Amino acid sequence: MAEMNMLHAINDALSIAMEADERMLVFGEDVGHFGGVFRATSGLQEKFGRERCFNTPLTEQGIAGFANGLASNGMTTVAEIQFADYIFPAFDQIVNESAKFRYRSGNQFDVGGLTFRTPYGGGIAGGHYHSQSPEAYFTQTPGLKVVVPRNPEQAKGLLLAAIRDPNPVIFFEPKRLYRASVGEVPAGDYQLELGKAEVIHQGKDITLLAWGAQMEILEKAADMAEKEGISCEIIDLRTLSPWDVDTVAKSVTKTGRLLINHEAPLTGGFAGEIAATIQEECFLSLESPIARVCGLDTPYPLIHEKEYMPDALKTFEAIKASVKF
Amino acid sequence: MSNATLNTETVHRVSFLDKESLHIPTLKILQADGTTYETAVLPVIDQALAEKIYDTCVFTRVLDERMLGAQRQGRISFYMTCTGEEAAIVGSCAALEPGDVILAQYREHAALRFRGFTTEQFMNQMFSNEKDLGKGRQMPIHYGTAELNYQTISSPLATQIPQATGVGYSLKMQGKRNVAICYFGEGAASEGDFHAGLNMAAVLKSPTIFFCRNNGYAISTPTEEQYAGNGIASRGVGYGMHTIRVDGNDMLAVLAATQQARAYALEHNAPVLIEAMTYRLGAHSSSDDPSGYRSKDEEAKWQQHDPVKRFKLWLQNKGWLAEDTDAKLQERYREEVLAAVKVAEKLPVPMLDEIIEDVYDTPTPLLKKQLTELKQHVKKYPQSYPKSAGRL
Repeated sequence: MAEMNMLHAINDALSIAMEADERMLVFGEDVGHFGGVFRATSGLQEKFGRERCFNTPLTEQGIAGFANGLASNGMTTVAEIQFADYIFPAFDQIVNESAKFRYRSGNQFDVGGLTFRTPYGGGIAGGHYHSQSPEAYFTQTPGLKVVVPRNPEQAKGLLLAAIRDPNPVIFFEPKRLYRASVGEVPAGDYQLELGKAEVIHQGKDITLLAWGAQMEILEKAADMAEKEGISCEIIDLRTLSPWDVDTVAKSVTKTGRLLINHEAPLTGGFAGEIAATIQEECFLSLESPIARVCGLDTPYPLIHEKEYMPDALKTFEAIKASVKF
Repeated sequence: MSNATLNTETVHRVSFLDKESLHIPTLKILQADGTTYETAVLPVIDQALAEKIYDTCVFTRVLDERMLGAQRQGRISFYMTCTGEEAAIVGSCAALEPGDVILAQYREHAALRFRGFTTEQFMNQMFSNEKDLGKGRQMPIHYGTAELNYQTISSPLATQIPQATGVGYSLKMQGKRNVAICYFGEGAASEGDFHAGLNMAAVLKSPTIFFCRNNGYAISTPTEEQYAGNGIASRGVGYGMHTIRVDGNDMLAVLAATQQARAYALEHNAPVLIEAMTYRLGAHSSSDDPSGYRSKDEEAKWQQHDPVKRFKLWLQNKGWLAEDTDAKLQERYREEVLAAVKVAEKLPVPMLDEIIEDVYDTPTPLLKKQLTELKQHVKKYPQSYPKSAGRL
């Protein structure tokens, strides 16, 4: 075990995976010598050479198409999109190509060795174009896995699993935690299973569900609720697609209440999908409507970032409203 | 006609073309000592225009120096300088008419100044206060002003390129004697939008000037890792477009090229590509440190090619710059910028109600409901939302 921040944990995972798999390539804008704008790929070019870790020209659609080609021909491919806000030129390659490679060819071809890493989320004064959480655009695309870690230990284990998963994975990294989240990370190679949520705190009155950077928001809100005598069960969904219905349904069956929190706008967000499924699974156990604490239905505003965010206070209010319903 | 090509020459042995096949000269008018090349054909420029150009350069240098400092002090969250690229930006903008529409990338605030954006307007945007034309919604330096025909900056790269093609085409359809000009870097020219935008402009005959600031770096990525061809200019020829490469640190060369590009675009309803060879003397932004990807020696070499100093020498040779003008201008703008900072940072941020405005032409019922709930919440916890709680 060693204490490290999330960037170091991601860097460690990439290094371990490249060491173990000589067919693995890491590339993207500024990821080579400079080590990426957040330094997640720092030192990899020096260690593994310019042919395995390199800068690409500045073209996200090119990066994604190139990645598809590599993966379709047997390479392990980790492509960085510098900010999730800039993934949209690559949307066609990801949605129409990565996601459908296997299905359209009757499993003759696939891009299972492909992982996109991309920093997402707000809280860094990044305005419209350095703050977005676009996960729901991808969870609506069958064929893609979508994974979001909450801390360094999770980031390392989930990223190693994503790289080795035989399906294309989009790995959203909560950039506001890159340096802020520091914790013990096991040394060496380990994987955390994709598609499995984790109950990180047991409780009995309400289930709180989120992923990535919003996990710490849930924990703060749960602490506040605890002082009012409300016992919260906290779940990190970890993989959004395919998501772990059983773990969430089991918890909600026990608590009778569910609150889902995400930074992305409310309308069309992934919370809606979870709410619809859980009301089917747990209809007779529910004691209040499923609550969603999410971003507003606006572009991400710089100056009112604090007001826009689904923060701990809003979550705390929603917990109380749910319990008092 | 199918398979349209320019000639029907055939050969009977395999013979490939390569990047050396296309000869692209660089236009230079102004020499390092401020004199012009003997055979140079000068742009149209009188003393008033020359003074305005120089004034804009001095202001921009002062603004960049002061606001980078303000960012370091934590007074604004982010900044980008255009240091080293002033000739490319001001020289091109100075060739335009006020009705020509500018679609910039993000490093072209010198053009905005040339158009008449005031020091207060710069500050209001950077401090996201209630007087910001963009209502505080974007990061610093994402300026925009409809009044000055300068479309609002969007961070994603190259998105403005095909948009400029559309703006140029619309000006033609509206019968206006104006062009669109689109600024972008050599890094952005790798995006798909670049290729789409230029090809469409050439095919659809859009009077648009595509102005590439080839400044050597896209954040950390040098041009050798960005493209393998003969710069960006070679692509314009490929798209069938009038194309020129200029010394981007030569104010007169940039001005001359853009004046003629504009005239050509209007006369022929056709696009023009200008590639200005320059150097980003500063960091990409306040968020990166260039020592991680380039040498001090390289930077020092380019300091020798300072475009503002070269233009200043020319002005002095012409007798258009009085001995003390430079010092006076600098002092004036330093005071002006400092005073404007002090005012702008004390102005309140936009009202919380603005958060749901402009998503659509009018807020939807759901947005109104979200705002009502948000305001109730802020009222309950005013100490946690200090920017908005006092002005609900």
